[in-house]
Amino acid sequence: MNSLKRYAPQLTTLAIVLLLNYLVFPDFFKIEIANGKLYGTLIDVLNRGAPVALLCVGMTLVIATKGIDLSVGAVMAICGAVAASTVDSGGGVFMALSLALLAGLICGIWNGVLVSVLNIQPIIATLILMVAGRGIAQLITEGAILTFNDEGLIFVGSGSIFSIPMPILIWIAVGIIVTFIVRRTALGMLIESIGINQRASTFSGVNARVLLILVYAVSGLCAALAGTIAAADIRGADANNAGLWLELDAILAVVVGGTSLLGGRFTLIGSLIGAMIIQSINTGILLSGFPPEFNLIIKAAIIVIILVIQSPALQSKYIEYRDRRETGKTPVGKDAAS
Amino acid sequence: MMKSRYLPLIATCLIFVLAYALCYWQFPFMLSTRVVGNLLTDNAFLGIAAVGMTFVILSGGIDLSIGSVIAFTGVFIAVVLKETSLHPLVVFALVLIITAIFGGIMGAIIHYLEMPPFVVTLAGMFLARGIAFVISTDSVPVKHEFYTFLQDSFYRLPGGGRITVIGAAMLVVFFVGIIIAHRTRFGTNVFALGGGIPTSKLMGVPVAKTTIGIYAISGFLAGLAGITFSLYTSAGYSLAAVGVELDAIAAVVIGGALLTGGSGFIAGTLIGVLIMGLIQTYIIFDGTLSSWWTKIVIGILLFAFILMQKGLLLAASAQKK
Repeated sequence: MNSLKRYAPQLTTLAIVLLLNYLVFPDFFKIEIANGKLYGTLIDVLNRGAPVALLCVGMTLVIATKGIDLSVGAVMAICGAVAASTVDSGGGVFMALSLALLAGLICGIWNGVLVSVLNIQPIIATLILMVAGRGIAQLITEGAILTFNDEGLIFVGSGSIFSIPMPILIWIAVGIIVTFIVRRTALGMLIESIGINQRASTFSGVNARVLLILVYAVSGLCAALAGTIAAADIRGADANNAGLWLELDAILAVVVGGTSLLGGRFTLIGSLIGAMIIQSINTGILLSGFPPEFNLIIKAAIIVIILVIQSPALQSKYIEYRDRRETGKTPVGKDAAS
Repeated sequence: MMKSRYLPLIATCLIFVLAYALCYWQFPFMLSTRVVGNLLTDNAFLGIAAVGMTFVILSGGIDLSIGSVIAFTGVFIAVVLKETSLHPLVVFALVLIITAIFGGIMGAIIHYLEMPPFVVTLAGMFLARGIAFVISTDSVPVKHEFYTFLQDSFYRLPGGGRITVIGAAMLVVFFVGIIIAHRTRFGTNVFALGGGIPTSKLMGVPVAKTTIGIYAISGFLAGLAGITFSLYTSAGYSLAAVGVELDAIAAVVIGGALLTGGSGFIAGTLIGVLIMGLIQTYIIFDGTLSSWWTKIVIGILLFAFILMQKGLLLAASAQKK
């Protein structure tokens, strides 16, 4: 009950967006099974939202440490290219997956070392890979769009188990595993403590350096999975367009989900709901026949609304206002007791 | 400390001279005034936008919206010129007012809502690109006598090189930017903000006015860069200039400005822009290298400069002890 209350704003938003989608497109909630696979617009939302949802998992942890990872889109392109070139040169799907994950891990550790060991601001540290990453990806694909026909790798993008598409299974599984790890151990709390005050947590014995590298490594791994799915989905690695601007969508989803960009408290479930809200809006705009151009304006409006809600200046004003009203109503003795 | 302030700038200049020498050694034609003229013309819009970005970064902020604002400006100009009979100069003035107000509003939100510039300008980026899309999704050509006049007027250098109107505009913007940043009270306030907002408040710097001013300047210069870009391409396209903000940030960093704010030079940014242009020119001259090497080399340069800044800061703090 408590957790439901915590996610009430996000769930309400999602419900409103879904309802709007239903109004413009009555078949929205219709789900059918064809060729042993679930079909339907709702499934499509879950499926198309997989890359952003995966990026969100890593991005939430990074943002919780008061950081940001701009490179995830470029890392997606690199890992997609690695996976595609592995199967093209004869490696199997497991080989491709593990090499892609390894590439993502290396990218993540690179970012983490820049941030934690060299003390570079996260925006700038990850900017380096964001600029250079697409160049590296093109180096791997040799400038062309690498296409492949490996059944195994294609299965990752468009296959299904128990008639549920693979991308959905992957992002939900990753979400559950990471949530479980950070919430059932002290890791989550330690990450939050770094985000609130890195120096204080170092003094109280938190190994901030290792944790920061770890957080960026997780972000790299998530980007690797997202990149592999994106490549498998179109059966090719496109170094220029794979994951283009997805880092911004992921950041937006995390913020919509209720994690503050100022670091500290985070919620993975909220971020995943945020990712689904954004994907529902995207799908809804396409379904309603509105020009997709409006998508960006709607996103901008969402950010502004969230900015106003999260603004520390307005929050302190609100608390002041509330306290004044409460002290006006209640007698002095009661106030002291509370 | 005084010396280390100039070190990044000196390093940038050295790298530029060395890189140019290397290019000249391989392709003697690189030293012709034609190449120099083209270097200025091709990078004019990036240079103008980068001046605005330098102000923002000097104050410790960041502006992600400039690429979108450039695209919006281009589309706006093209569509207004097509639909109405207004003179281009009137349209230019109109669009500059719009973009300056747009930047000012972002600055006001950053200051009064105390939100990180990153998110606020991210919203601005989406908004500007979205409005550009709504105005037109097609590439709209610009056909106007005044445009042809501006494009055809240039100053001929000895050796056949051309200083075009937009190339000269970039140099003028850099000159004015240098004066504002290093010779006016506003410029001093910008540097003070970069040193820390609480301290500058205590020193009596008008924080609100300066913050709004900085982002208004960045918006205005992004608008001017948009005008330059529309003169350069003779068209307005809502998908144009994607990622220019990253190039501008890279140019500022390579130019030796400290990313934490408070230290740097507008002149360094000019050299940063020229280094990036030089890499591209070299790749075109070479012919066998692919264009993606530009991105990788810029990434490596970025990394090297950030490392150097860290080293300088460390050395400075060691000296103090």
